[in-house]
Amino acid sequence: MPRPSGAPVGRRVVLGLVGLGAAGVLAGSSIQRGLAAVLGPIGNHDPTGLVGLIPVGNTFRFYSVTRGAPRRDATTYTLGVTGMVDRPVTLGLADLQGMTQTTIVRDFQCVTGWRVPQVRWSGVRLADLLDTAGVSVGAKAVRFTSFDGTYTESLPLDVARRADVLVALQMLDGDVTHDHGGPVRLYAATQYGYKSLKWLSGIELTATEVPGYWETRGYDVDGTVGASNGRDDEPTS
Amino acid sequence: MARDELERFDRVERWVHGSVGVLFGICVLTAAVLYVGPLSVLVGNRRLAVLVHVWTGFALPVPLLVGAVSRAYRSDLRRLGRFTPADGRWMRSKQVRRDAEGVGKFNAGQKLNGAMSTGAILVLLGTGTIMFFTGLAPLAYRTGATFVHDWSAIAVGLLVLGHLNHALGDPEAMHGMRSGRVLRSWARQAHPEWVQEVTDAERPRQP
Repeated sequence: MPRPSGAPVGRRVVLGLVGLGAAGVLAGSSIQRGLAAVLGPIGNHDPTGLVGLIPVGNTFRFYSVTRGAPRRDATTYTLGVTGMVDRPVTLGLADLQGMTQTTIVRDFQCVTGWRVPQVRWSGVRLADLLDTAGVSVGAKAVRFTSFDGTYTESLPLDVARRADVLVALQMLDGDVTHDHGGPVRLYAATQYGYKSLKWLSGIELTATEVPGYWETRGYDVDGTVGASNGRDDEPTS
Repeated sequence: MARDELERFDRVERWVHGSVGVLFGICVLTAAVLYVGPLSVLVGNRRLAVLVHVWTGFALPVPLLVGAVSRAYRSDLRRLGRFTPADGRWMRSKQVRRDAEGVGKFNAGQKLNGAMSTGAILVLLGTGTIMFFTGLAPLAYRTGATFVHDWSAIAVGLLVLGHLNHALGDPEAMHGMRSGRVLRSWARQAHPEWVQEVTDAERPRQP
């Protein structure tokens, strides 16, 4: 069979694409920032969800570690505060709604890179809930469990007591939706997103910090934005 | 009545095509689960989806390399890589496929598809590796790799849709990829130079 003649265009196309890809790896970070600055704020309030399909990475993505959490509403939702506490308590959604609500506006930074600017969060300060139950001497950390049955997280007690750590009932423009971890989720402002546990159903005081779901899969136990997980993002709080 | 057929693809080539197709399909499905909000919500299991996506991606080039055991595969790769003046004419012609003059075993569109797919697979493989093994590169490059991976995935998705569109529009071409054999009449119309070449090779040599 004769060797095909002609110009090696195939090789040029392949090398060209690989070169383009390499250039994109080098420059992509700044291009991404530019696109994100423009499209991020739009994506927060885009009812069509189309902006989320453009890969600029600056809208909320829906991460779930299980097949999906069951749905809980005002009649079925409960939150327990247990472990090393003086008075274990169980609260319903109405109980939480009846407590002092705090609103903060912060960026939400995911450890995989996307950052949602200026998200409004409202809910009960975790510190208030801890005070309600009374933290026992010797408790050093808080463990969070989810009613999806799998997701767990943790915070050291001093971080958990910060004023910008909320048991959130509202985010963005309304109640925390089921897909965002509702009706009640955690929001720890200084931390990467994986620390802000979704579908929150249990708060347990512990003597030592118990690594959570993502921490046993390679993420840092301390998830401080810009100072963990080998990332240098701008701090969120 | 027996079909008057030509041998177009050998068994290894068809296996490579099928394997890459299946692996690519798994990559697309898992990517959709990771990326498209409603599907993420529906399927969940993020860690599992990541692992299946990543390891399927790493497996994807394997059949492409294993194919090299076949002489026909190596020969077809060489044909796909070379562009002749006839390819330039084919690209410029408004009535592609009806103006197949000078087209050999592969037309210019098939050659471009092969080259772009190869380039895209390498780019996706490289950027995916940087994304998954976070210790390999500093953060800025990981962000860059994510950026390239996302946009290349969309581009390659469009390329594959085009590929499927052409395939579905040409049942005999698909029959060729499934069975390895195509009608001589089809080949004469779409790949005349190739038919000529095969016919020359079939003709008994005169002393």
